[in-house]
Amino acid sequence: MSQSSPSRMFHRKGVPLWRDVVVLQWVAQILSAILVLVFMWFFISNVLRGAEVRGLSWSYSFLKESAGFPISESVIPYDEAKTFGYAFVVGVLNTLKVALVGIVFATILGIVAAISRLSTNWLVSRIASVYIEIIRNVPLLVQLFFWYFGFFQRLPPVQEATTLPGPIYLSQRGLYMVWFKPTSTFWTWMIFVGAALVGSWVLYLVLSRYQVRTGKTAYPVATAFAVLIVLPVAGWFLVGDSPLVSNVPVLGKFNFEGGLRITPEFTGMLVGLVVYTGAFIAEVVRAGILAVHKGQFEAARALGLNQMQVLRLVVLPQSLRVIIPPLISQYLNLTKNSSLAILIGYADVFFVGRTIINQSGRAVPVFLLIMAIYLTLSLITSVIMNIYNRRVRLVER
Amino acid sequence: MRFPWNSYYEKEENTVSRKTLSALLTLLILLTLVLAACGGSTEECPECPECPSVECPECPACPEVSAGQDIFGTVMARGNLVCGARTDLLGFGYLDENDRNVGFDIDLCRAVAAAMFNDPEAVEFVPLTAAERGPALQTGEVDMLSRNLTWTSSRDAQWGNFTIVMFYDGQGMMVRKDSGYTTLEDLDGATVCVTTGTTTEKNLADNFRQRGLSYEAVTFEDTSAVYSAYDEGRCDAATSDKSQLAAVREGLANPDDHIIMDVTMSKEPLTPAVPTGDDHWFDVVKTVMYVLINAEELGVTSQNVEEMMSSDNIEVLRLLGVEGSFGQEDLELAQDFGANVIRAVGNYGEIYDRYMGPNGLAFDLPRGLNELWSNGGILYAPPLR
Repeated sequence: MSQSSPSRMFHRKGVPLWRDVVVLQWVAQILSAILVLVFMWFFISNVLRGAEVRGLSWSYSFLKESAGFPISESVIPYDEAKTFGYAFVVGVLNTLKVALVGIVFATILGIVAAISRLSTNWLVSRIASVYIEIIRNVPLLVQLFFWYFGFFQRLPPVQEATTLPGPIYLSQRGLYMVWFKPTSTFWTWMIFVGAALVGSWVLYLVLSRYQVRTGKTAYPVATAFAVLIVLPVAGWFLVGDSPLVSNVPVLGKFNFEGGLRITPEFTGMLVGLVVYTGAFIAEVVRAGILAVHKGQFEAARALGLNQMQVLRLVVLPQSLRVIIPPLISQYLNLTKNSSLAILIGYADVFFVGRTIINQSGRAVPVFLLIMAIYLTLSLITSVIMNIYNRRVRLVER
Repeated sequence: MRFPWNSYYEKEENTVSRKTLSALLTLLILLTLVLAACGGSTEECPECPECPSVECPECPACPEVSAGQDIFGTVMARGNLVCGARTDLLGFGYLDENDRNVGFDIDLCRAVAAAMFNDPEAVEFVPLTAAERGPALQTGEVDMLSRNLTWTSSRDAQWGNFTIVMFYDGQGMMVRKDSGYTTLEDLDGATVCVTTGTTTEKNLADNFRQRGLSYEAVTFEDTSAVYSAYDEGRCDAATSDKSQLAAVREGLANPDDHIIMDVTMSKEPLTPAVPTGDDHWFDVVKTVMYVLINAEELGVTSQNVEEMMSSDNIEVLRLLGVEGSFGQEDLELAQDFGANVIRAVGNYGEIYDRYMGPNGLAFDLPRGLNELWSNGGILYAPPLR
């Protein structure tokens, strides 16, 4: 509002007070601020009073009490003797786990689907269109039920698990596969891995800068890659004993034991979220690519760049500017949608929170905690993405 | 950029027309009115003074608060009872082929409705999951909670008031018959399906930990998801109250393929509960439960209630409201509410047998502890007098 009179902040003499735009604007601002505050005060005091009348406790001291309920899967060691607070942390970590893995896979799937839909190959583009249109128009909850109850629970029983090469065992109890167990030489070997990571990064920077400065081809990517592979392999033989031994899952009385296990609840949740969000991301990416003018493609091709170079050097840097902002909301959606996990038994923060409410009887404090967690996760996601957005943004003058 | 709303001010040279001004003034007056209305309605209740000793003057009761807690009056005025129940457990709370709420727990709510309004249909059933029922009771969203709810000390302290135990149950474990498991020790390392937000979930943890056994829990909030997961083979065993397991077993494709292990993992006294804050309402619901149990003791059934009106047993006459009183006036209920209740839903034994008796609608479950105290069980209600 103040834009209409940027030169003045205060009342102008000669104009009646009630007809001066500046005064009226100030009055309007103050009134709307009061209105907002009154509304907030009304809602907050209503909640407080309601809680008091019904004897709901506001104290968070129950978080120190023993939880006493089991949680089906956890990133950190958990047992029933741990506290409610600890159980809540377990839930938060499970949410983070499914959200982070989901974001990575949904992005990959989205990009692949977007490029397929834009493909000149009729079959590929039709398949991508059908996938995107069907998935975007079916509610996520229905899809989750389909994936979990319709697919993952209908896999063969654990005694008759399907064996895939690896060996990977697929059953109702989840996916079991060979994993690695560190031995005594593991940490010595990790030094080599660390050196390889740092070394290849430095080499890449130095060589690419050299290439830009001199115009001579210096193969920065290939060299960095070679270092990344050769150093750890050399280290593997230098440390003596093998730093990792394979841990093969073996069928026990009830389940497989050993190896890496991915539960059907996690997989169901992950697949549901990835497939659903992937379809939305595909449309975001497609819009971004289409936002780059056709002339840019043609000019780049005329300069002699090949198809991949056109995409990597000309189209993507420009389309990222269009893609990033809506992509942030898709990531936020994925994180928040993970709260539907409660319906298929994946112990995310909402699921654990509900259980804590029930076992401790503290609905209001736990709901506030859950809200705070989702708000924090959303803010962190959008801060990270905004920083990235600022880096890829076209600098305008 | 030039927006249409910018040009307006530019044309007027930083002054506002009379039309805009009057619109603004109207808004201002409206706002003041709203503020005044808000301020008036949210008058704070006077704070209770800090008490230096035990003998301190009675704190002035806040009229608004006490009005909100008059559950009896609210129910009476509303003309029906809001009952937290379930619709997915055979025998206790489920829907019959006409989508009518039926079951043992449901009939307890209907009994209270019959006592209040002489109409067992004057009930609104609110389906609640195990995890939702506590907050629903705490916030007074339901007038009564009858949803195979275990009475525990901490729930009593947090959730509401528990009336009297209407079903003595214990936690059991269901496994597939061909597995051959008979004790909890056989289940070391097993995967167990359980409903979240239940006492069952905690008893499972306690029992396995006590015995030093390991297990993996698969938990769902929705009871039907728990048993569908068990049925599909996601779990080796499912645990819950024995009555619930019996009900579920009946609904599985081949009930005979599953057995309920002869192990009792806990005490589960299933009890209807009411929200805290209205002792009168608490007494009403309790008394209706006493009526159901005492009626069975006295042999009054829905079939013979009219004949019993002319019984020569003074206790029967008192129960049916023919003569004497057992507190009807103080409870503000009709003199013959006992008769209305029995006529509508029958006595305790009839309710039990209707669903879980030898020819019950749901399944056959021996009464066991739920026999009357005079028949070798522990079902016992205070006398009506």
